[in-house]
Amino acid sequence: MSLFEGRNLICIRGGRHVFAGLGFAVSAGGALVLVGPNGSGKSSLLRLMAGLSRPASGGLSWAGAEIAGDPEAHRARVRYIGHLDCVKAVLSVSENLSFWAGQYGPAGPDEVRRGLEAFALENLAGLPGQVLSAGQRHRLALARLAASPGELWLLDEPTVGLDTAAQEHLTAAIAAHRGAGGRVVAATHTPMDLPGAQTLTLEPFALAARAAEAELDAEPAW
Amino acid sequence: MHRFANPGRFLRLSNIVLPWIAAMAAGLIAVGLYLALFVSPADYQQGDSVRIMYVHVPSAWMAMFIYTVIAAASASSLIWRHPLADLVAKASSPIGACFTFLALATGSLWGKPMWGAWWVWDARLTSVLVLFFLYLGHMALMGAFDNPTRGARAAAILALVGFVNVPIIKFSVEWWSTLHQPSSVLRLDGPSIHPSMLWPLLAMGLGFKLYYLALMLVRVKSELIAARVNARATAAAEAT
Amino acid sequence: MSGLAHGFWGLLTRDLRLALRRRADASLAVLFFVLAAALFPFGVGPEPNLLARMAPGVIWVTALLAVLLSLERLFLADYEDGSLELMVLAPQPLEMTVLAKALAHWLTTGLPLIAAAPLLALLYNMDPAGLPMLVVAMALGTPSLSLTGAVGAALTLGARRGGVLIPLLVLPLNIPVLIFGVAALDAALSGFNPLPHIMFLGALFLGSLVLAPLAGAAALRQAME
Repeated sequence: MSLFEGRNLICIRGGRHVFAGLGFAVSAGGALVLVGPNGSGKSSLLRLMAGLSRPASGGLSWAGAEIAGDPEAHRARVRYIGHLDCVKAVLSVSENLSFWAGQYGPAGPDEVRRGLEAFALENLAGLPGQVLSAGQRHRLALARLAASPGELWLLDEPTVGLDTAAQEHLTAAIAAHRGAGGRVVAATHTPMDLPGAQTLTLEPFALAARAAEAELDAEPAW
Repeated sequence: MHRFANPGRFLRLSNIVLPWIAAMAAGLIAVGLYLALFVSPADYQQGDSVRIMYVHVPSAWMAMFIYTVIAAASASSLIWRHPLADLVAKASSPIGACFTFLALATGSLWGKPMWGAWWVWDARLTSVLVLFFLYLGHMALMGAFDNPTRGARAAAILALVGFVNVPIIKFSVEWWSTLHQPSSVLRLDGPSIHPSMLWPLLAMGLGFKLYYLALMLVRVKSELIAARVNARATAAAEAT
Repeated sequence: MSGLAHGFWGLLTRDLRLALRRRADASLAVLFFVLAAALFPFGVGPEPNLLARMAPGVIWVTALLAVLLSLERLFLADYEDGSLELMVLAPQPLEMTVLAKALAHWLTTGLPLIAAAPLLALLYNMDPAGLPMLVVAMALGTPSLSLTGAVGAALTLGARRGGVLIPLLVLPLNIPVLIFGVAALDAALSGFNPLPHIMFLGALFLGSLVLAPLAGAAALRQAME
């Protein structure tokens, strides 16, 4: 089975070891939930998976092929939802969405409508971004997932600010995505309804990083 | 771990070579100054003020040489992510800026009796001035980030962009200066140099290079030690 | 349309649409251009011959400064709202993204400056025979300013006081454009052949067209880490 894998990953940010010795594997249709306290490296790991940053050591692979060898193919399958919503205040909801859908290939009104419907944004389609509430902006960000299909969803705290109805939309969208063979990696503090998801607790790897740092510090260099 | 294994070796090695380099730099500069001030002849036109050349010309050489070192270090930092390359670039930049400033200041001092003005927009002086601005931009960008790794990366890209541009800038400044000053003013260095002037010049040039090398090693060492101290402080803060 | 051209076109039209909806912001650079150039006569006096002689230099220098003024926002808005992360992650090469952003910047800043420059030339009593050359030189020179500016703007993302840093990084790199832009105009005004200068301006433009997207993309990538 083709796996999205990470092996022995070490992440260093701003000169500090965030985690060390971390590995994971997600199969087609699978889901991985990252848990851990603030600062344990959930967002850093998602950024490594997306290719926004490079691991200090270790590697990521997709179906056995190193991702570093073909970053463009990886970018074509990654859909990343970060903390920021990427909503332009002076563009309307549908203009915002159609721009992002267009960045992943030709996108017509159908794709935009599919995205809007998945997160119940049809009634807001003509409104400018500046009048949206925080929750509505976040739904618009999530709508990118439905408007431009990609194999690997990387979601950083996707449920923050969502009401119950929107959380259900998200659950449904993830279920449909996984049903079609897609994979999801989500970092979250609130429990999400993801049947059969694996859980990766980051704390031990963060502790391993501290240990590695302490070891380096003890080593006499001069 | 590759990030620290290399620096450890670097520190041991630099401790061994540093005294030798420093001593050789001091010796060469002393010999060069003696030859320049007492042995070499005064110019029949310029008199004793020609002796400024023995500081001015090597400084101008160093200005270009150090920028080249920075560009090479930046390239190896961006391509191979060599852990010491960023430190070499960071340590070299202020030294290069100082040499560039020295070249400008001595050029201006030399120019006063020659041209009757502290500054003329001569093509060479102007290119060195632009090089000085490039150094300042590099230093400013390096220090403008809270995360030192980002500052080093950004400065490395800037150094390469600047390095590609240096010949273009030099060429256009020369073009510009011929447009505006068709009659060439007295050049700062004569076309032919007598051996009695060449030897002190070479001694100074080599002395300056070794002096730069020694200073750069000291600065890289102190950067490494500072990083170690920082790491220890954060570890201690986390432990409590 | 291929996927590549599609992403490029989508980004270009989005940036133009954003500029159009915020017309007041977009017109600031050209307002600054006119205002700053109008200050010089107060400094050096209204003597027509002196002003006519200064015109090429003043127009080019103030155009350079006006472009600088508009550079800070080039990537910053997208950096702050997270859009830049997604652009780095989009399948199209990041170099194309930098090119699209620089082109949008030139269309919204460089083009209005070119349109306003003849007006300033008249204010400065410049010989109207030089106007075509002024427009040609600026049309060839200002794209280089947008391209090198994009590199400077990308390098300073996330820096403290990036807006003050950009001029320090970008101005030295723009000296060749200034030299040949003014030289072309001077040559045309005094009856010499401006072609060599124009060719150099074109060469600088082609050079920055190749190098700036590479350097800008490298800068954006490192800004994400």
